[in-house]
Amino acid sequence: MGFEVLLKGNNMIRLLGGLCTALRISLISAVVSIFLGTVLGILLTTQKRVFNICFRIYLETIRILPQMVLLFIAYFGVTKVFRVNLSAEASSYIVFSLWGTAEMSDLVRASLKGIPVIQYESSYALGFTQTQTYIYVVIPQIVRRMIPLSINLITRMIKTTSLIMMIGIVEVLKVGQQIIEANRKNSPNAAFGVFFTIFVMYFAACWPISRLSKHLEKKWVN
Amino acid sequence: MSIEVMKSYFPRFTEAFFLTIRIGWMGVILAFVIGLITAFTVQWKIPLFAKLAGVYIEIFRNTPLLVQLFFIYFGLPKIGIRIPAQIVGAVGIGLLGGSYMAEGFRSGLESVSKAQTESAIALGMTRFQVFQYVVLPEAFALSVPAILANVIFLLKETSVFSAISLMDLMFTAKDLIGLYYNTAESLFLLVLFYLVMLLPVSLLGGVVEQKVRVRMLGD
Amino acid sequence: MEEILRIEGICKSYDKVEVLDHLSLSVHKGEVIAIVGPSGCGKSTFLRCLNALEPIQEGKIILNGDTIDPESRNIRVIRERIGMVFQSYELFPHKTVLQNLTLAPIHVKKTDRREAEKEAVVLLERVGLLNKKDNYPRQLSGGQKQRVAIVRALMMHPEILLLDEITAALDPEMVREVLDVVLSLAKEGRTMIIVTHELLFAKAVADRMIFMDGGRIVEEDKPKVFFENPKTDRLRKFLHSFSYEEN
Repeated sequence: MGFEVLLKGNNMIRLLGGLCTALRISLISAVVSIFLGTVLGILLTTQKRVFNICFRIYLETIRILPQMVLLFIAYFGVTKVFRVNLSAEASSYIVFSLWGTAEMSDLVRASLKGIPVIQYESSYALGFTQTQTYIYVVIPQIVRRMIPLSINLITRMIKTTSLIMMIGIVEVLKVGQQIIEANRKNSPNAAFGVFFTIFVMYFAACWPISRLSKHLEKKWVN
Repeated sequence: MSIEVMKSYFPRFTEAFFLTIRIGWMGVILAFVIGLITAFTVQWKIPLFAKLAGVYIEIFRNTPLLVQLFFIYFGLPKIGIRIPAQIVGAVGIGLLGGSYMAEGFRSGLESVSKAQTESAIALGMTRFQVFQYVVLPEAFALSVPAILANVIFLLKETSVFSAISLMDLMFTAKDLIGLYYNTAESLFLLVLFYLVMLLPVSLLGGVVEQKVRVRMLGD
Repeated sequence: MEEILRIEGICKSYDKVEVLDHLSLSVHKGEVIAIVGPSGCGKSTFLRCLNALEPIQEGKIILNGDTIDPESRNIRVIRERIGMVFQSYELFPHKTVLQNLTLAPIHVKKTDRREAEKEAVVLLERVGLLNKKDNYPRQLSGGQKQRVAIVRALMMHPEILLLDEITAALDPEMVREVLDVVLSLAKEGRTMIIVTHELLFAKAVADRMIFMDGGRIVEEDKPKVFFENPKTDRLRKFLHSFSYEEN
């Protein structure tokens, strides 16, 4: 059934290398997104209307378009229009960070909105400034809610980075294709074994994380 | 950016658009059905099937569509299961979507307050009557936002169909960029068509969500 | 007066914590019993055991000769004979007032729709809400919703009515309109068990007062004695907590 091809040479290692590439891009983008998204989310709830409207437009545009389209725009479009040679990898980092930031900022904004205004007011009544209120009163209350949501975003990001093969990055699926191609003659059924293995690899990467998130949600959102 | 060029690409994009919509919505409907069946199987704890349903949900929620499609389209034929690309597309969306929809329905069912169920029981209704007249309508209303979000998500996921040789919007855009180098026009049309595909669903869905919430839950 | 409900030594625990401790009570037809007590004394739990929403670990509850047991086959039928009104009204939000009232009679008692609607209209008129019959619960005030909830329970022709803190969630101005309905039900001879903290109301409507604390009945008296000459210290302290005088 094509599994034997994985035991040949360093095929398995190459596959894992491809998975690492994908994970690297997704996790770095995730970290950037979580950080920037939190900042943006807080800004969105405090700043003026104009600022809000501009960022809403950015948010909704990034969220309504499929990530594949965003990757194309970054990789083909930016390169052509701005004469900057954006590599596929750089495009991926940019797109996923922008997308992740948009998602994260919305999660943060919604969580902040969930804190009743009266909490802010009672804090101001005690003499706290707006910044102090956020640091000591508001953010500690949303952190518990945000952690499972952030973990969920990370899982989504890992899954979405599988798209990067479509703009040529050599990640796990592309490596898989290469292995299948190279072994056409001697392992005609390699496609089954290889893609099944990749399926399992992604599951192994995402499932533990999502279980952690569910566990934390149960523990904390009580 | 030339309007002329865009006009000449229009027909090809339109064809790709309809292909994507067709397969996409077939997948969404399939997802809906699979999701309903799965959600009820889990909620009513039907022996064996509830376990299987649980496994199904975990597998398909934790793997990307692209990997699923590759496996079904390129891998399965090697053990004798050969499925045409369009069906693979719809089935892929259906299986992925079913797992998300199931979670959406299930969370709706769990959100119906215990007190509502109790007041119906206190009136002497059978379990089934309580489910039919109180739980089901309220659960449906509660799951609408999640289901709507899933529909939009699934329609966006159709953008990977070119990986299994379907001539969808992405394929058309890439082809035209590769052949004619009119990147700007191609990308513009690409964005335009996806917006046409997704914005109406999003806006209409928002309206439906509002109406259902008010009518069914009194919010 | 004939005995309609007999409760013998019921015990109930939640996770090893004892909530009801050998409670016994005898309720007679036409009697109105008011149960008061501090938070957590088990009064609501007690009520919920009576229509088998909660299981009991020990003891017996007998309604006109039929034992109430949540596991039994005919518990559903027994529930038709016991009406319950909840603190949070729990009207069905997706149905109109009229539909809320007729849903159970039509599907449970198999009453004809037109008959059920006729009766609903009569009862709605009695509580002054006929003009709201086609409204949805969200369009009603708390007091109106609670009055509808009471009518909904009455539509099943229960032998006994259980009222669980039905005014606790209401704004003060609306408490009166609900209590007026309960008073009129008492006057027409309904058997009722009322859990409440409206002491003045309890005094006016009850035939018998019960004070519960720690899962037990601590004192049981006619209202006059209960309020003016409490026999136990615990009750005296409880009543005192409601007044603001120095002593």
